Amino acid sequence: MNTLASPNLIMRIGAPISVMLAALLALVIVGCALLAGWLAPYDPTDLSTFELINAEIPPAFTADGDSRFLLGTDNQGRDLLSAMMYGARVSIAIGGGAVLLAASIGVFLGLIAGYFGGRIDALIMRIGDVILSFPTILLALLVSGIARALFPQAGTAEWAPLILICAIAIHEWVQYARTVRAATMVETAKDYVKAVKVIGLPGRRIMLRHILPNVMGPVLVIATINLAAAVLTEATLSFLGVGMPPTYPSLGTLIRIGNEFVFSGIWWIALFPALTLVLLVLAVNVVGDWLRDRFNPKLRVKR
Amino acid sequence: MSNRQPPVLEIDNLRVEYPLANGGLFTAVENASLIIQPGEIHALVGESGAGKTTIGNAVMGLLEKPGRIASGSIHIGGKLLDPTSGSADGVVLGRDVGAVFQDPMTSLNPLFTVESQLTETLRTHLKMDRAASRVRALELMKAVGIPEPERRLKAYPHQLSGGQRQRVVIAAALSCDPTLVVADEPTTALDVSVQAQILKLLRDLADNRRIGILLVTHNMGVVAQIADRVTIMHRGKVVESGPTAEVLRHPKAEYAKALIGAVPRIDMRLDRFPVVGEEAKGRAADAREAIRAKAFRADATIDGSEILSVENLCVDYVTSGLIPGSKGHRFRAVDNVSFKVRSGEVFGLVGESGCGKTTIANVVAGLVKPTSGRVLYQGKPVAGEGGIRRVGPLRQAIQMIFQDPYSSLNSRIRIGSILAEPILFYRLAPSRAEAESDVAQLIEAVGLDADSAGRYAHAFSGGQRQRLSIARALGARPRLIVCDEPTSSLDVSVQAQILNLLKDLRDATGLTLLLISHDLAVVRQMCDRIAVMKSGKLVEEAAAEALFQSPQHPYTQELLSLVPTLDRIRGETEVA
Repeated sequence: MNTLASPNLIMRIGAPISVMLAALLALVIVGCALLAGWLAPYDPTDLSTFELINAEIPPAFTADGDSRFLLGTDNQGRDLLSAMMYGARVSIAIGGGAVLLAASIGVFLGLIAGYFGGRIDALIMRIGDVILSFPTILLALLVSGIARALFPQAGTAEWAPLILICAIAIHEWVQYARTVRAATMVETAKDYVKAVKVIGLPGRRIMLRHILPNVMGPVLVIATINLAAAVLTEATLSFLGVGMPPTYPSLGTLIRIGNEFVFSGIWWIALFPALTLVLLVLAVNVVGDWLRDRFNPKLRVKR
Repeated sequence: MSNRQPPVLEIDNLRVEYPLANGGLFTAVENASLIIQPGEIHALVGESGAGKTTIGNAVMGLLEKPGRIASGSIHIGGKLLDPTSGSADGVVLGRDVGAVFQDPMTSLNPLFTVESQLTETLRTHLKMDRAASRVRALELMKAVGIPEPERRLKAYPHQLSGGQRQRVVIAAALSCDPTLVVADEPTTALDVSVQAQILKLLRDLADNRRIGILLVTHNMGVVAQIADRVTIMHRGKVVESGPTAEVLRHPKAEYAKALIGAVPRIDMRLDRFPVVGEEAKGRAADAREAIRAKAFRADATIDGSEILSVENLCVDYVTSGLIPGSKGHRFRAVDNVSFKVRSGEVFGLVGESGCGKTTIANVVAGLVKPTSGRVLYQGKPVAGEGGIRRVGPLRQAIQMIFQDPYSSLNSRIRIGSILAEPILFYRLAPSRAEAESDVAQLIEAVGLDADSAGRYAHAFSGGQRQRLSIARALGARPRLIVCDEPTSSLDVSVQAQILNLLKDLRDATGLTLLLISHDLAVVRQMCDRIAVMKSGKLVEEAAAEALFQSPQHPYTQELLSLVPTLDRIRGETEVA
């Protein structure tokens, strides 16, 4: 048996079937979210289209269902499927934004800490340690609370995503910084870095051009795994009421709205968004774990 | 030697194959045969990839998985080794075959004491009880000549020196009275003085205990000193085999001649190293001429004036304590060293590992700050007291070549971009196209094809990478190049090529070289003047010929007497 010589591209990636399925699932959810503007039957952000008479209609496949609303409607008469597609888009955008911001800050500070060492290193890493001593949610609540107190418009649909991205990234960057710092220290001791130091290149250029490409592998892996965590944090914050407003719901907001009605027998508003969230996070985690093992030379099985 | 006993090892027409991922077959060893009688040391030599370690592993049943013995046979003590299981009837690895590996740092488990590692084998194979095995362990420690054996038994591997650790490994290999010991590069990781002791120990074991030893090595000097017979391998094939003196003095095969010729001689100075294969000529010479023309600046003087001066240099390494703010342990790596390097010469700095020579290289290159003392380049202080910041031409002037060719080139950047870095940074070429042609010239000057620029480092062998490292150092148009063990991780034939290249570049461009090495023969071949270092101090400085003909300091004399060389061949007195 010889997988390397196989012409089939899917076989050549060499991922187990579970990872393939997870990747497919993640692609479907992300695809639906990105194309929500075209795929969704209604625009859930346009309040003028809501009819209270359509409120709380169960999913189409139940006895009382309405074929116009595949997964039913919420308490305002909003189509749940459309709201979920838009909601997933918001969740993924905020999660992705938080990961990008956290990775940028973390890689930047990690490079500086690892390259220069000494006091700069101690300062950056101790700040990171202090931040890590707060629970993610507590810190995010603190940030969004302060933002809302300072800027009255912070709760609006335009500003809330930015606040959320910052609130999540402020905790997540530390992990990137620690990883990049360790990798940078290893690379800095290598002869190729010494060689460019002897040539006389400035530290900025050595870090960005010579060291950075060599430390990016682990960063990409952490980013994938953190994407799932960031989406979850966003959902938690929205569920707690400090995230996206009900007029522009994310998956977390939808779950919060649904939560109020669960005991009145209106189960679908909470269930479907929750299921989507679970599947998305699971799929991304499975792919991320596989990537981590694949890029970790210590776990790579010898031929 | 009597033939009443069966030979301890008999390999007949051995062929070892590794199936490849693409369905092909790699033949690591082809038709290899050798016989070892009791009390005989048989050396297996060759360059990396020659298949010598593969034979050692096949004998010990340690072939890595897809590899297999395809044909031929191995008899240990007259018993056939089963090619599939890698074991022979009644022959037990660890009891009848002892193994000594290259790196004594990793072949002992750091978490257990020497005693528990030695007694473990005895208890497993000989079913000894605790008390008996302890007595035996003590005997073994005495047999391999470890001082204070009772105390050392209780020690952990990190508390022993490299030489003592290798002795413990040998003691473990001997623990069950093996008839055969496979020693794979047993002294490569050790200093000359320790190497001499270990080699003597191995020779004594063969003579007194009648153990047959299969010695895998790449060092011809080691072979000359202790081996009875030698087998030379090249690309999996045996090219020559016979008594040591005969093979080393009168090699018949072309490859054997070239390999032995490439070994740097310590007894006399040659103009160039004889090399295996042809060297790049014409184009390389043109490229070097062009580089010389460009590099020649107004401040360049090749008149033998002083270019580098190291004055009272001291470097301390401080290990920080566990409690922040507490003073850690202070270690003086370089202790009050002074020397001067003249323009256009090759200055050698030799010493054993840990003597501080690499630290000096790093200080001169500006990578480490001295604790006290200073370094002057053309009269200007560039490190230490009153040191000015190295910018512009001052920074360009001193470049460095590193020991490990595998870590000295960035694997994520194309060779062309790596070499262009100094040219673009110092604006040595007016345009990007000019920079590219300069890079092509540099690559040709070190004897590679100009189209190498588009490839990444992994496409090159160790020797080629070292050539590229040299090209990078030349790119900044330096006056002085610090070479830190430039050839110690290369095969002899490649070493000869690299050393020839450095010589030629020196002649063609008027460079000054500061050559750091532990290999006295290399230093003798390359250097005009030599300084010998011992534990951070400079013990002797002299012109190369004077140093080798009449060494003044006892340490230098000792070093010179210990180097295994081709001119002291074992058994030659009996033959002659």
